[in-house]
Amino acid sequence: MTPAIQIRQVHKRFGAVQALAGIDLEVAPGEFFGLLGPNGAGKTTLINILAGLARADSGSVRVMGHDVIADYRESRRALGVVPQELVFDPFFSVRETLRFQSGYFGLRQNDAWIDEVMRHLDLTGKADANMRSLSGGMKRRVLVAQALVHKPPVIVLDEPTAGVDVELRQGLWEFVRGLNREGHTIVLTTHYLEEAEALCARIAMLKQGRIVALDTTNNLINRHDGLYLKLRIVGAALPAALAARVRDSHDPVHTLRLRSYAEVEGVLAQVREAGAQIEELELLQPDLEDVFVQIMNREERGEMREAALPPSSRLGPPGSRKR
Amino acid sequence: MSGFGTLLYKELLRFWKVAFQTVAAPVLTTLLYLLIFSHVMQGQARVYDAVPYSAFLVPGLVMMAVLQNAFANSSSSLIQSKITGNIIFVLLPPLSYWDFFAAYVLASVVRGMVVGVGVLLVSLGFVGLSFEHPLWIIAFAVAGSAILGTMGLIAGIWAEKFDQVAAFQGFVIMPLTFLSGVFYSIHSLPAFWQGLSHFNPFFYMIDGFRYGFFGVSDINPVLSLGIAGASLLLLTAVTLALLKRGYKLRH
Repeated sequence: MTPAIQIRQVHKRFGAVQALAGIDLEVAPGEFFGLLGPNGAGKTTLINILAGLARADSGSVRVMGHDVIADYRESRRALGVVPQELVFDPFFSVRETLRFQSGYFGLRQNDAWIDEVMRHLDLTGKADANMRSLSGGMKRRVLVAQALVHKPPVIVLDEPTAGVDVELRQGLWEFVRGLNREGHTIVLTTHYLEEAEALCARIAMLKQGRIVALDTTNNLINRHDGLYLKLRIVGAALPAALAARVRDSHDPVHTLRLRSYAEVEGVLAQVREAGAQIEELELLQPDLEDVFVQIMNREERGEMREAALPPSSRLGPPGSRKR
Repeated sequence: MSGFGTLLYKELLRFWKVAFQTVAAPVLTTLLYLLIFSHVMQGQARVYDAVPYSAFLVPGLVMMAVLQNAFANSSSSLIQSKITGNIIFVLLPPLSYWDFFAAYVLASVVRGMVVGVGVLLVSLGFVGLSFEHPLWIIAFAVAGSAILGTMGLIAGIWAEKFDQVAAFQGFVIMPLTFLSGVFYSIHSLPAFWQGLSHFNPFFYMIDGFRYGFFGVSDINPVLSLGIAGASLLLLTAVTLALLKRGYKLRH
């Protein structure tokens, strides 16, 4: 079967910054796929190359089997992109905006579908309002509608919920889930990891232009070594020997990192020996955020080992380092 | 509608929705030029034997309005889209670089024509004019507005800020226009400046345009149209090459 998205050995450099350093990725038709990574990891650059807004220095990118350069008409017809920036054309109304977008794809008589998309996104009441008069959330919905006017099989959402209120976020996810059920391939980037965990069946994590993890969401979470022990203790403070294990501490509740279940007994014994009593105890499984932090930190430690190298070899994209 | 047709329609609607600013304002400005210059210069200059100065001035002013507005249309549309980011709406769809070029330039031609006709109609209320060769009038107006529409496209592609477009307009378009014989016949110039004017493509556009009205000109209109056509072809080739490469549009 033709992959919905096929990315092979894509490199992209902006001046001194290596934005993408050899990306290989395939997304199958019908997948709900997540692209995660810190700011500056290369997510948006990768999406821009996919959409033809930027050009790769080397490597090839195909959408539904169509090369984004050689076969750009077909590849762009197959792709709908919801951009990260809240952009709009202040000259036009919502309906005009959607009709134009539809027309750019060469579609005639598309009003029935445009009306349907507007209805699904609760835009019908604002159809004839000027874009300038809309709230940020409404503008975001129009961007989603614009990406859908040509019924693309592959839809890319680049941080669609940044700065969006809870209600719209829920509504948007319900809508996108529905599109996925109908067979659309969805690629999502987001900073909200619980969203990615709930929605995406498979995830790629990017850091400094490289894929540092690529697996199903379940496997990624299971791959995380360790679990968390949440304790409420009274009678004494948490023994100093356990300080290295603390993930977060809100006296008298402490969450401690464990490598395995086998460590539970030892930790509890230490707490008792310190003269504290355990009032509550809960074992927590790691979530995607823990996995994300662990993978990114592992990469960070990898960098520490490279610290002996000359500084020029350690340059990464701006914003990707923890400061 | 095709992608090209939609983009053209969008570009037309864009300036038409603010016609007060994009059509009425330049018509008024040009009318002020006409009233002031013809008042000051009347009786002092008679350019061709039979043509009074105010009549001589009108075609120059009409063409100047056509050229400036054609340039303003494509350059301001593009730079606004780039700065606000909504340029992606036309970069994401499967529009070819030919579609892109033709839609922006044609919309510029239409804007130039609409303003030109407006200036001409209003001027007729003040100055009597002859129309010796209407087809030459139309030919030079189309060629001139297409040239400036293309230059506006180049400026819009190249510029990253509004003031860069303004600089292009102030340091390239305005000098070329004002030194092209809008307000005078180059025969009234010293030999050096007369010779220099022959290197200004705008001079041929305005001279040929004027020929359409009076049937007299400094240069044979066939040659002028040939030079305008060659300029248009050259600029078109440059613009298409930029668009094909995605210069400053697709990174």
